[in-house]
Amino acid sequence: MSAAPAIELKGISKAFGPVQANKDISIRVMPGTIHGIIGENGAGKSTLMSILYGFYKADAGEIFINGQKTEIPDSQAAIASGIGMVFQHFKLVENFTVLENIILGAEDGALLRPSLAKARDELKSLAEEYGLNVDPDAVIEDIGVGMQQRVEILKALYRQADILILDEPTGVLTPAEADQLFRILERLKTEGKTIVLITHKLREIMDITDTVSVMRRGEMTATVKTADTSPPELAELMVGRKVLLRVEKVPAKPGEKVLEVRNLNVTDDKGVHRLKNVSFDVRAGEILGIAGVAGNGQSELLEVLGGYEEATGTIRVNGQEIDLSGAHSDGQSRRARGIAHVPEDRQREGLIMDFFAWENTAFGYHHDPAYQQSRLLMDNNAIREETAAKMERFDVRPPNPQLMAKSFSGGNQQKIVLAREIERNPDLLLVGQPTRGVDIGAIEFIHQQIVALRDQGKAILLVSVELDEIVSLSDRIAVMFDGQIMGERLPEETNAQELGLLMAGITDTDRPHSVAEIEENLANAGVGRAEVGD
Amino acid sequence: MEFLTIIQIGDSTIRLAIPLLLACLAGLFSERAGIFDIGLEGKMLAAAFLAAAISFVSGSAWIGLLAGITISILLSIIHGLASITFRGNQLISGVAINFLAAGLTVVVAQSWFSQGSRTPQLSGSARFEPIVLPGALSRMREIMEASPMAQLYSELISGHTIIVYIGFLAVPLSWWILYRTRFGLRLRAVGENPAAVDTAGISVVRLRFAAVAIAGILCGIAGAYLSTALQAGFTKDMTANRGFIALAALIFAKWRPWYAMGTCLLFGFFFAIDNRFQNIQMPALWFVIICVALAAGMLFYAIRRTRLDMVVLGGFAVVLLAVAVAVVFGTESLSAGIKLPTQLTQSLPYILTVVVLAGFVGKAIPPRAGGEAYVKER
Amino acid sequence: MQKMPAWADVVLIPLISVLLASIISAIVILAIGENPWAALKLMVSGAVGSSYGWGYTLYYATNFIFTGLAVAVAFHARLFNIGGEGQAMLGGLGVALICLYIPWPHWTLALLFATASSALFGALWAAIPAYLQATRGSHIVITTIMFNFIASGLLNYLLGNQLKPSGQMEPATASFPEPAHLPTLNDIAGLFGSDLFRSTPVNVTLLIGLVACVLVWFLIWRTRLGYEIRAYGHSESAARYAGISPNRIIMITLLISGGLAGMMAINNVMGEAERLVLNAVEGAGFIGIAVALMGRNHPVGVLMAAILFGFLYQGGAELALWTSIPRELIIVIQALVIMFTGALDNLVRWPLERVFAATRSTRGAE
Repeated sequence: MSAAPAIELKGISKAFGPVQANKDISIRVMPGTIHGIIGENGAGKSTLMSILYGFYKADAGEIFINGQKTEIPDSQAAIASGIGMVFQHFKLVENFTVLENIILGAEDGALLRPSLAKARDELKSLAEEYGLNVDPDAVIEDIGVGMQQRVEILKALYRQADILILDEPTGVLTPAEADQLFRILERLKTEGKTIVLITHKLREIMDITDTVSVMRRGEMTATVKTADTSPPELAELMVGRKVLLRVEKVPAKPGEKVLEVRNLNVTDDKGVHRLKNVSFDVRAGEILGIAGVAGNGQSELLEVLGGYEEATGTIRVNGQEIDLSGAHSDGQSRRARGIAHVPEDRQREGLIMDFFAWENTAFGYHHDPAYQQSRLLMDNNAIREETAAKMERFDVRPPNPQLMAKSFSGGNQQKIVLAREIERNPDLLLVGQPTRGVDIGAIEFIHQQIVALRDQGKAILLVSVELDEIVSLSDRIAVMFDGQIMGERLPEETNAQELGLLMAGITDTDRPHSVAEIEENLANAGVGRAEVGD
Repeated sequence: MEFLTIIQIGDSTIRLAIPLLLACLAGLFSERAGIFDIGLEGKMLAAAFLAAAISFVSGSAWIGLLAGITISILLSIIHGLASITFRGNQLISGVAINFLAAGLTVVVAQSWFSQGSRTPQLSGSARFEPIVLPGALSRMREIMEASPMAQLYSELISGHTIIVYIGFLAVPLSWWILYRTRFGLRLRAVGENPAAVDTAGISVVRLRFAAVAIAGILCGIAGAYLSTALQAGFTKDMTANRGFIALAALIFAKWRPWYAMGTCLLFGFFFAIDNRFQNIQMPALWFVIICVALAAGMLFYAIRRTRLDMVVLGGFAVVLLAVAVAVVFGTESLSAGIKLPTQLTQSLPYILTVVVLAGFVGKAIPPRAGGEAYVKER
Repeated sequence: MQKMPAWADVVLIPLISVLLASIISAIVILAIGENPWAALKLMVSGAVGSSYGWGYTLYYATNFIFTGLAVAVAFHARLFNIGGEGQAMLGGLGVALICLYIPWPHWTLALLFATASSALFGALWAAIPAYLQATRGSHIVITTIMFNFIASGLLNYLLGNQLKPSGQMEPATASFPEPAHLPTLNDIAGLFGSDLFRSTPVNVTLLIGLVACVLVWFLIWRTRLGYEIRAYGHSESAARYAGISPNRIIMITLLISGGLAGMMAINNVMGEAERLVLNAVEGAGFIGIAVALMGRNHPVGVLMAAILFGFLYQGGAELALWTSIPRELIIVIQALVIMFTGALDNLVRWPLERVFAATRSTRGAE
């Protein structure tokens, strides 16, 4: 081997309390390559990179940059060693301009004016060199997510980073935007930069990386050349056993219309139209999947249906119209109508993390007469007993109603929510991101439960940003972009490419499209897609 | 009203506005960096005491000023420890600092000077004397006979202590630091998104401590002004809620230096008016009209909104109408003047702040990371 | 995974915090040339060494029970009601109006209506900040601070101009008529032939305070409303999801909180002064913050913390009486308690967590 590795980690370990996030991890990344790190949520990928960026201090292990042993106690040291990082959640000051964000921490001298002037020139040449065009005077909160990501990359380049780490960079991008990002990364690679790409998407690894490391439960299970591996092999390495990538289910037998949505419109408090004339139906015994990049109105759709977002338009459940006036806290009456809701973000919405499991079991249904001891007092014992039974049926571990929600793993938390909502025997189940941050074992269980509910003749509206999940679970797929439904497809009659174009807002999917066209379309979209979950 | 009277009210406005302005700028630095500071009052009070005490002992107002600044910075550091290092609740820490100062100044004053929670009277060089600018008249008789321009110059512009001029200079200086320097950029960034600052390789803790220390310096000057310039010595609770009024001014000014100056002068003007005219008359009819108009405005707003708006604003409108009715029946004729309670003038800064906070007059958006301790997360 | 056992959080941390506050207080006493040990002995004997001392201690504690509960209830919804001071002032106005202008046949009736009136006035004074927080997002801390000052101005005006009997200089109402006087605990003890709490102001309001503690406990942990309040406090987004209206919770919680603060007035205005004077609240609204913090927002904790502060108040008064230490020393101690139990919680918590983690890992290794 001629050159020293750009990054070499030896025996890195890091524990957070009792949780071992990284266990004796060693890795070598050669200069001028793109190295992927893949693993499930919580496998320890981000922790490892945060150690490399000086965000956390490793309990043990050594870091070598370009063959030199390097201590990285803080971000300053990482930057000095030529490392730049693009976090999953951007670290930008929202009401600063692009230029101000770029010089922050890398100013020349105590006065701003010369720093800004220099950065403006530098930015121009960086834009030419790597094709990274941004308006230096735009304010961050006014530009789209893709643009914000470019600012993050420019920030790193402005600090003369030779090593660029990107943490789940495509989570907020459309397939087209992701492609464009990958082209930028390719270009950076040809200019000699070293790139580390953290992701949980196999496709991205296969598309762009030269080598790939797989992490599982804090350990590095393998490092291989991308060309020598295959998606099934990587998947197996990620989860430690063979994975069923498709959900087995019988064909749907759709019945009556349970949910009818007509001309739904939502405007947020900034005056941005989040939903634009959304109309669709969900029938009994079918799963309607809503595909789309995060932040294109899916969250608002779920919130409106769940009764905590104001909207105009018509919603009918079992033929009866729902009153939408002043409906920012109508969750109780929605539940009474037989709508159950597994929300997108269980930690922020579905559960109270500081409540006991049993308290969470009554959550949203705390008005249920079965939970009342008298007119004033709640029957906490009854709730506890019911919780214990539900935990048993849904295989929640540990099955202890007296533990706080935050003490359970992601998958078990999701099962608590699912048990609560599904066992209400609803006519309509709203499900958002059912398997986000859930380990593979629990994913299968959760998918089975959803399909089983469908087979009982219930209507299910599924929202997910994981296209694979949508395709394998849904009986029909609707694609959302910029607050609109771009079209409906049957899973067996469509493919990822067509759905990807719809997700970028292009409806005439038969004709070939140039990248510039897609970009322009995205730039014109009114929805600011800055808010996303993790 | 005579021109000289107006000038004198202006003069008094400035005197009363300066401690507010300095404290307000102190709060501005702190809150712009993301640290809420309701301990302005306590820091001023402690500084007022120590400045007076040390001035008395040393005979030099300047040494007193230094002592005031020192104790104020010390309290700032305690606030910093609680809210930055130990990530405690910034509001609670502020409350504690206010009490600490209120209690300690009295306890220490009593045991030090045994004059019943006050310092001895300061005189001579232990006080900041007014500076008479070149060409300004200083004798009252001369001023009264002088031309309006000379009156303006002598009474309004000249004749203040050095701290007044420092206070006014602090405004452009603060603006320049915040918007034209690297430090200012970073300070504003840390109040908006500390994670951005941290990942850029800058210490959030150090920046926030720096901001809090600046707040300490400014509060120290404000406190020293009260006891060694505006008055001649420390008396118990002499800050008289100025710290809170400064906080109100800060919100009113939307966390901007020039606006802060405007607001503090406005609030200072209220107090000047209140001091000067113990008996402000207003035709009863006007008063009734104002009450009825406010009530009508509230009802009009509420009627198009939710039941909650109707109940609260409706109730409030009923109270206003009741006041109006009471005035109608309480005075002989509607054209007669009624005396406005001085309490109303004194409460105006607070009422105005609530109105601004309510967002009916220009919404005040605080720095986004304000009040939150920074914890690293990915 | 709990980092430390619950008892450590509830008992050990407040205890260490108070200890730290006492140590610094002792240093302050030492610094002003007095003997801290002698001061402590004086405080103990003065506050809890006699039935007289206890009478005053419990009288003060009654005030703090109400203001402490007020802060605690609001805190369960993560609302920091710093306006107890103003709400208690208005509560006093409510009591005064009821007692002055209605001829009551018997004190029980007067008490009933005065309690309702004080709670109503306190709640109304909290209503506008609550409304602004709920519908306009105005920060409750700042608005309630402002409302404290506005309340002070309002009371100042009313006492100085409207409620003051003609010919009187002092801004205060006339004394309440005899039937509106509350029996002291000494009066009640007299029924049983005892002379407990002689010539102290502790009165039947203490019993109301104890009832309020029980009711607040039921409210927070057993009722649906309490469940909703806690849910909202832990996570507003989750509350919205569950169909809990944030506006409703903010309004109701702060009305209850304001009402509790207002009810303090039946103790100090009706039970003790028997007329309304300026500054009747004497900072009890703020002490409620310290009491709630120390009591971990639990009624039992609030009760115990209130008694501790009652002890401090009475002990401090004795100290001021017999030594040259000014009464304001208790403000210093109060500040230190607020600082250590409230803002510097992690100063104690972090090392303790480390200690517990270390003992656990050694136990695990065995």
